[in-house]
Amino acid sequence: MIGLEHYLGLAAALFVIGIFGLFLNRKNIIVLLMSIELILLSVNINLVAFSAYLGDLTGQIFTMFVLTVAAAEAAIGLAILVSFFRTRGSIAVEDVNVMKG
Amino acid sequence: MSVAGFAFYVFALTVLAGGLFTVVSRNPVHSVLWLITAFIGATGLFVLLGAEFIAMLLMIVYVGAVAVLFLFVVMMLDVDFAELKAGMAQYMPIGLLVGVILLVELGMIFGTWATADGVEMMAAPVLGEVQNTEALGLLIYDDYLLLFQLAGLVLLVAMIGAIVLTMRHRRDIKRQNVVAQMQRDPKASIKMVDVKPGQGL
Repeated sequence: MIGLEHYLGLAAALFVIGIFGLFLNRKNIIVLLMSIELILLSVNINLVAFSAYLGDLTGQIFTMFVLTVAAAEAAIGLAILVSFFRTRGSIAVEDVNVMKG
Repeated sequence: MSVAGFAFYVFALTVLAGGLFTVVSRNPVHSVLWLITAFIGATGLFVLLGAEFIAMLLMIVYVGAVAVLFLFVVMMLDVDFAELKAGMAQYMPIGLLVGVILLVELGMIFGTWATADGVEMMAAPVLGEVQNTEALGLLIYDDYLLLFQLAGLVLLVAMIGAIVLTMRHRRDIKRQNVVAQMQRDPKASIKMVDVKPGQGL
């Protein structure tokens, strides 16, 4: 069986790719949301890997909760995006300054 | 190398390539497809780890629902994505810098990671004779019932929120008015006409 460190390294690399995506696609909010999904996926990989190697199922339970929150977040984020696009005709994050004081 | 090891490297490579191309891809549709690739790779990893239920859940929820949601939104919105990509090269150095720093930090953690002595991390030990799905079900409905129900509530709120945010009432289209339809009087709207043969109305 592959060592736990391999899974942790993979999750770390995926996490960093997600962060990198946040910086790289600062204007495109759809890809920003996808980067957040990647980060949450790396967290899930960590949880499941620890769960499997410690012989403890709690990690898998919490993976399910992370999954729930990720799905809810994607749905709400995309809904906000669609309604924003209807009013402004653009999805550039820089235009989102209507609420500035 | 064992078969499991080979499979691990294949799936890990799939996940990393999927993630990387999701981030750097120029076309958002390609991004979504690479995201699906990454999720499928993660599914394989979870099967390797013996978490079959989570793997199938990932397949259904992420590939089946979230990724398709992204795909719909990308395709429905008429966005000029080339314009959004314009500043990509500008942010590349800072992104790479932060990424490398984070990776080094995480690598330093994983290099010296160890469990403390005397720590027993066995909140829910895996029992040998129970299958993964069954064990998870027992755990959810015994120990984590409240959290499970609250997770359902989160999903309900998200669903209602998404509907409220995206529903719009268009005034320029003809729509069904059920009350007016049901309260309509047949006598006022139907007229009996005695049509003579060969004459027409």
